[in-house]
Amino acid sequence: MPTINETVSEEIRAQARKLLEDGTVAAVIGYGSGSLPMTVKPLVVRSPEDCRKLIWNTFCVLNLANYLPATLKSVEPPRGPRDPKPEGPLPKVAICATGCWSRSIVVQIQEHQVARDRVVVLGVGSRGMVSRRKVEALFGGREILAVEEGDHDLIIQGADFSETINRWDVVRDNCQTCTHPDPVLVDVRIGEPVSERKNPNPFIQVDALEQKSGDGRWAWFTEEFATCIRCYACRNACPLCYCPTCFVDDAKPQWVGKSLDAVDTGLFHILRAYHCAGRCTDCGTCETVCPKGINMRMLTKKLNKDVLNLYGIEAGMQPDAPLPLTTYAMDDPQQFMANEPGSGKEGK
Amino acid sequence: MTEQSTNWEPKIIAFLCNWCSYAGADLAGVSRFQYPSNIRIVRVPCSGRVSENMIMSALKSGADGILVSGCHPGDCHYISGNYFARRRFALLSNLLDFIGIEPGRVNFSWVSASEGEQFAEVVQSVTEKVKALGPASRLVKKIDALETALQVA
Repeated sequence: MPTINETVSEEIRAQARKLLEDGTVAAVIGYGSGSLPMTVKPLVVRSPEDCRKLIWNTFCVLNLANYLPATLKSVEPPRGPRDPKPEGPLPKVAICATGCWSRSIVVQIQEHQVARDRVVVLGVGSRGMVSRRKVEALFGGREILAVEEGDHDLIIQGADFSETINRWDVVRDNCQTCTHPDPVLVDVRIGEPVSERKNPNPFIQVDALEQKSGDGRWAWFTEEFATCIRCYACRNACPLCYCPTCFVDDAKPQWVGKSLDAVDTGLFHILRAYHCAGRCTDCGTCETVCPKGINMRMLTKKLNKDVLNLYGIEAGMQPDAPLPLTTYAMDDPQQFMANEPGSGKEGK
Repeated sequence: MTEQSTNWEPKIIAFLCNWCSYAGADLAGVSRFQYPSNIRIVRVPCSGRVSENMIMSALKSGADGILVSGCHPGDCHYISGNYFARRRFALLSNLLDFIGIEPGRVNFSWVSASEGEQFAEVVQSVTEKVKALGPASRLVKKIDALETALQVA
């Protein structure tokens, strides 16, 4: 009997082929197999024959929405910056999307980076993606040559060992605390829908850190980000980071220094996270792609928690609602203001 | 360092909106209200203009405290600039607290053009808070530390 992900792979291939053959879309964004065990690579398929290359498994950790704006651009007829928009509808692109990725697409739609009518979402309910780092940590340096995937187990094989481990134990932290595994935007349903997960506390890691003292949190911050090499992988893999010139590349004024000084790397991470406030869908891609294993997701998760608690908004859940920071309410909380009642200082 | 000496005075960067808080500061001056001379005022068109980049850049460059002040909610010259700013500042101040920047380093307030006395009070209280915290050390880029590192390398 085929596993759930094998069935999903088959359905993705069939649907992609159908969409490309009948000309509904000009390209399909999905995953192809990677060159190492437990890796996959993002793949843009442009012909029906290539659809056999598409796969789906438990290691699909990169957010495919990151490739959507550029792929949409690539299927448009070439034109100069001042040329008028071509007549008629522009070609469409299909994209595989789980819960968090579909929410990223919603944010891209809200921010006018992507036109809703040009996207066909192949919605896949996410069962949580496995962290390669967690698996490797379990095998402490022993080389893993192949991984076989069952519905609830992984069979890890090396030159002289073969062990079965529980899949959920090595699922990424963000997937374990996820509450919306099913896509919010679905044009073509792939596989079975996944029900909303009733997670008692999706912010459990943030809460644990908040319990520490100010000095403790500062110690955590300096230690966590000390190893950053400023490769900007977290920024480049993020579907929200599409600015033509990023603030770290600004030279006049230069907001953040470009050195490996602890203050420069710290500021980079604070500001990068802050720019994702109210937009981050906690897909965990930044953390996954970090070559140093820095847990920068804590910062965006903290912002997600505040946005939810203060303004009652979760990013990317409603395509027609404004983003939390592009709107306001008259009675937004303001206890943090120095001269407001409740701040403990000179209440009037 | 010399900053550690007993007569240390904090440097506080104040981003004041042109229409309310800056005029409030002006009124405090012409009304002869006394307030500490620790603040360095940067006049901005609106509190909504103050981005997180400016605040963090001031901290990085050695400001011991930050004060951002704008019109009271409902009084914005641009109708809604301070409402947007309020959401952004709430998130920023929580995030800075989360990573361990002392509460009181970065302050926000509303001061209208007619509140000269209140402006003096806000500056007084912010200066006291920052003085109690001592010189800023977190997220301050120390050039001399860099130079020493370079000489060793």
